[in-house]
Amino acid sequence: MIVEAIEILFATSLWAAAVRIASPLIFATLGELICERAGVLNLGIEGIMTAGAFAGWLTVYAGGDLWLGVLVAALVGAAFGLLHGTLVVPLGLSQHVTGIGITLLASSLTYYSYRLLFPKVTSPPRIAPFEPLAIPLLSGIPGLGDILFRQTPLTYLAFILVAVVAYGLYRTPLGLAVRTVGENPAAVEAQGIDVTLLRLGSVMAGSALMAVGGAFLTMSAFPAFFFQMVNGRGWICIALVVFGSWRPGKALLGALLFGLFDAYQLRLQQLAGAFVPYQLFLMLPYVLSIIALIAMSRRAAYPRALMVPYRKGER
Amino acid sequence: MRLEPRSGASPTAAVLAPLGALGVSLLIGGALVMWSGASALNTFALVLRGAAGSQFALLETLTRATPLIFTGLAAAVAFRAKLWNIGGEGQLYIGAVLTAVLGTGLLPLPAPILVPILLLAGAIGGALTLLGPTLLKNRFGVDEVVTTLLLNFIVVLLVSLLLDGPLKDPMGLGWPQSPKVIPDAALPKLVQGKRLHAGFLLAVAAALAVWFVNARTTLGYEMRAVGHNPRAARFLGMPVDAVLLKTALLSGGLAGLAGVSEVTGLKGNLTLDLSPGFGYSGIVVAMLAMLHPLGVIAAAIFVAGMFVGADAMSRSAGVPNYIADVMVATSLLTMVVAMMFTRFRLRWR
Amino acid sequence: MAGDGAAEPEVVLRLGRITKRFGPLTANDQISFDVRRGEVVGLLGENGAGKTTLMNILFGHYVADEGEIEAFGRPLPPGSPHAAIAAGIGMVHQHFTLADNLTVLDNILLGTEPLWRWRSESGAARSRLRRLAEDFGLEVDPDARVGGLSVGERQRTEILKALYREARILILDEPTAVLTPQESTALFGTLKKLVAQGLSIIFISHKLAEVLEVCHRILVLRAGRLIAERTPAATDRAELAQLMVGRAISAPRVEPQPPGETHLRLSGVTVRGGHGQPLLDGIELEVRGGEIVGVAGVSGNGQSALADLICGLQPPGAGIVTLFGEAIGRWRPRDILERGVARIPEDRHAVGLIGDMSVTENAVGECYRRPALSRRGLIDWGAARRFAERIIGDYDVKCPSPAAAVRLLSGGNMQKLILGRVLAQAPRFILANQPTRGLDVGAVSYVHEQLLSARRAGGSVLLISEDLDEILALADRIVVMHRGRVSAPMARAGIAIERLGLMMAGHGLEQAPHAA
Repeated sequence: MIVEAIEILFATSLWAAAVRIASPLIFATLGELICERAGVLNLGIEGIMTAGAFAGWLTVYAGGDLWLGVLVAALVGAAFGLLHGTLVVPLGLSQHVTGIGITLLASSLTYYSYRLLFPKVTSPPRIAPFEPLAIPLLSGIPGLGDILFRQTPLTYLAFILVAVVAYGLYRTPLGLAVRTVGENPAAVEAQGIDVTLLRLGSVMAGSALMAVGGAFLTMSAFPAFFFQMVNGRGWICIALVVFGSWRPGKALLGALLFGLFDAYQLRLQQLAGAFVPYQLFLMLPYVLSIIALIAMSRRAAYPRALMVPYRKGER
Repeated sequence: MRLEPRSGASPTAAVLAPLGALGVSLLIGGALVMWSGASALNTFALVLRGAAGSQFALLETLTRATPLIFTGLAAAVAFRAKLWNIGGEGQLYIGAVLTAVLGTGLLPLPAPILVPILLLAGAIGGALTLLGPTLLKNRFGVDEVVTTLLLNFIVVLLVSLLLDGPLKDPMGLGWPQSPKVIPDAALPKLVQGKRLHAGFLLAVAAALAVWFVNARTTLGYEMRAVGHNPRAARFLGMPVDAVLLKTALLSGGLAGLAGVSEVTGLKGNLTLDLSPGFGYSGIVVAMLAMLHPLGVIAAAIFVAGMFVGADAMSRSAGVPNYIADVMVATSLLTMVVAMMFTRFRLRWR
Repeated sequence: MAGDGAAEPEVVLRLGRITKRFGPLTANDQISFDVRRGEVVGLLGENGAGKTTLMNILFGHYVADEGEIEAFGRPLPPGSPHAAIAAGIGMVHQHFTLADNLTVLDNILLGTEPLWRWRSESGAARSRLRRLAEDFGLEVDPDARVGGLSVGERQRTEILKALYREARILILDEPTAVLTPQESTALFGTLKKLVAQGLSIIFISHKLAEVLEVCHRILVLRAGRLIAERTPAATDRAELAQLMVGRAISAPRVEPQPPGETHLRLSGVTVRGGHGQPLLDGIELEVRGGEIVGVAGVSGNGQSALADLICGLQPPGAGIVTLFGEAIGRWRPRDILERGVARIPEDRHAVGLIGDMSVTENAVGECYRRPALSRRGLIDWGAARRFAERIIGDYDVKCPSPAAAVRLLSGGNMQKLILGRVLAQAPRFILANQPTRGLDVGAVSYVHEQLLSARRAGGSVLLISEDLDEILALADRIVVMHRGRVSAPMARAGIAIERLGLMMAGHGLEQAPHAA
């Protein structure tokens, strides 16, 4: 059995699954990363992902195009981001409590709406999800082609966004401002840049990404919405941000590692399910996240102004 | 436009703020109800009736409030020390698991001995569950919000695992549930024939105890100081790490008691759906109560009433009972905003 | 230099009748003055005189209630740092507005490019920065992480920030507060170079000697008003001090008295920081009853480690510490407190007091475990309140009530509360760490009196202060700290300031020999 367990590692289907599983995590981790770089902890991530999943799916169910669904999800995410940002930036409320409140609000609004619109369903209604799109030429590469270039468009978008966010943060004036506002908001204000608007914008952009991550679940992974579908992925992404030291590249790596581990654990379950209770396998992603947090905590180069509310004019 | 600290506690603000918060929540809830086509006033009336409109309803509300008082206290105690214990759910289940292990026949002791043992075991179990994340925070600076949250998922999976195996009820027809607790372990009912049980009194007693510790003991003073400013507390000579640990033990223990109470007082056995989110609702209860232990009792009854009332209303009027979750979430947010307005004034430039 | 030859240099900045009120307090009252090209104007005044408010108005952080400002002949739009920068005004804040985790280049570049641009011109920026640094002799590595720079280098970064934005009027807010005398001299050299290139400088300070050395003109602010203007040639420290304070100040009289027994002794004590570097390096220090030992030195040379050690927050890594002749076993604040040590912390807001708790709760912070206040774990709040009321009365702590939150108190009253709290325990040894920082003259003199009367009563004081004047006024013996090492003690009488300054920069600092 050990042999088979190792053989799994060489199957391209494992790695392709890893990329698939990692995709929603990439979006959401990027989103949280942007928020935290700007100095705002966004614990609404789990709820925003739920709301994004529902909004995207509902748009398609109502007859809209898949990409319209993604856009609607992003807008819904941005709306919750605006709420979270307004409460914690200008009003300076506790980022922990507000975040939990947003998660509860977004989730409950989603479930309420779902129940309202679909009161009598026994099995969740399905939509036609994104189909895998093979990139010409590149998908022909043996091994790598199957893993990376036969994914759904949303996965490609996730990878592109990693590059975009990295470029944005490190090579544009706006990105510099975002990075600085999370380290020393006074420095930003001294340059005449509005700290509140900058942080609000970052939280909204980050939340939009989180919602798209949720939409991946209903529009690319499972083509239906059901309760508890986010299942803690949001919290795992918070760990992944720390694991990735708040850098887009490393966050991508973390998400891929996590996806690999999750895919592997699923296949192990099929292999050893008779001997080992499946719950133990399911626990592993969460345990791994905690271990990742501990491992990175020693070297955490966290944004200095994270979670410190900025009161303008306090000098 | 900016926020300016108030120079003193404003009593009008302290009263207006929660009322304002409640009002905004009602407006939002009302809008959602109207979206469903039902009349807002009618729906709220049904909710009210379902929560307190009859003896049965009231008792149901108090029964539902019992675990919420425990988890609310757990959150309040922890949050006062800025220990963000979001793991109430997991701590509750650990308490329930220990009850199922010890109370289903393993310890054939008479009630006056068995019940305290179960309570103690459940409390210790919950306390130890929070101990891990607290130590990680103290030693390694790992954010306890994420660790306690992730632990919730792990604990629930553990419960599922146990219910599939060692704790499975042999006579349960294959359902994942534990055997019933023995009669000596059960908490007595308070009202003949109804579901309200002695756990409610225990919860109220716990709230009074927490209030007493906060207001009158050195530990309570230290907990408050550490919560406000750990650096200053350390400078003053307070044993900050020990205080945080004691806070964690107290908080986790209270959440564990919620699990014991639900199993021995209400359900009689351990099931996967023992807690429909009592841990998370406890956080809302604590914030609504402004972290005050006696306020937790009132807030728990309020939140329980919303859920019980919404369930009843949903059965008759068809508006999804998730309206209660929405109202609870909006109450949390509006309450936090309102609390801020008791400390700050809005100034136009 | 100002006014050589026929024409006077043009006026580059004109403030007219600037007034700013915060509620009942008038921070700036009808202030008017000019600044000319190529001159250094000193703005002198105590804490609270209104200098920082005035500069914040100039730089656009605040909006004046009355008055107008003209820069280079054009009116300055109020309330906008952007407008100020565009008009050629640059400010080097007292508390640097730098992001530690970012590079020097990042910090300087921020805000110089429109936010919507797709690309940051960091290459061109880097070369321009290099040229500026060379022109003005401000050496700093653009790609260095700011968090790892020395204080002098950080200040240079701040100055470069302003120069990069083509500032022609530079405002320096207390620039030498964190520098050694030698670094200050380097700064003054830089200022001369800037002025030679036609820049104008507004030099805010409360240090009389510097202002006399560096400025062409000196403006004195007091209680929000501009009350005098002098040239350095026509005035001296005594007159300036009197103008600043409004009355003749007399230094506190310290009668010599013979020292008593050793209260505190540190012998070969080393404390290491997080990365293993020594914060205190085998130091020798002794404080005896009836004397005040002053620890001079620029902040950041181990004073915090020394204070933390004596407060019980940080155990010694090596060496021996004895208090009143006894070695201390468990190293915790509580153990130190129980031995009769009073500690006045450096930061009363963040460490000394808990802002959200009441005056009463803060008053009992160190003694709540005493039998008078608590028994078997229960606190007697009635007794606590009476204790607080006594302190409020004895030390004249102005507060709305004992139940009021401490954050409502002014800095001076907070410090009085702390003093009252520690002195109420009748301590034998007092650690005073920057005890008068940020206080007005009345409060400063009060604190000094308390320390002196403790000394008279046979107690001992270890005074750590960045204010050399304070140390020279109070201490019997003086030591200098530099990079974690402590000099041999020097008697105050006959000490030379230049020698102290050199030692503060690390020259000629001989550590006291290790007594075996």
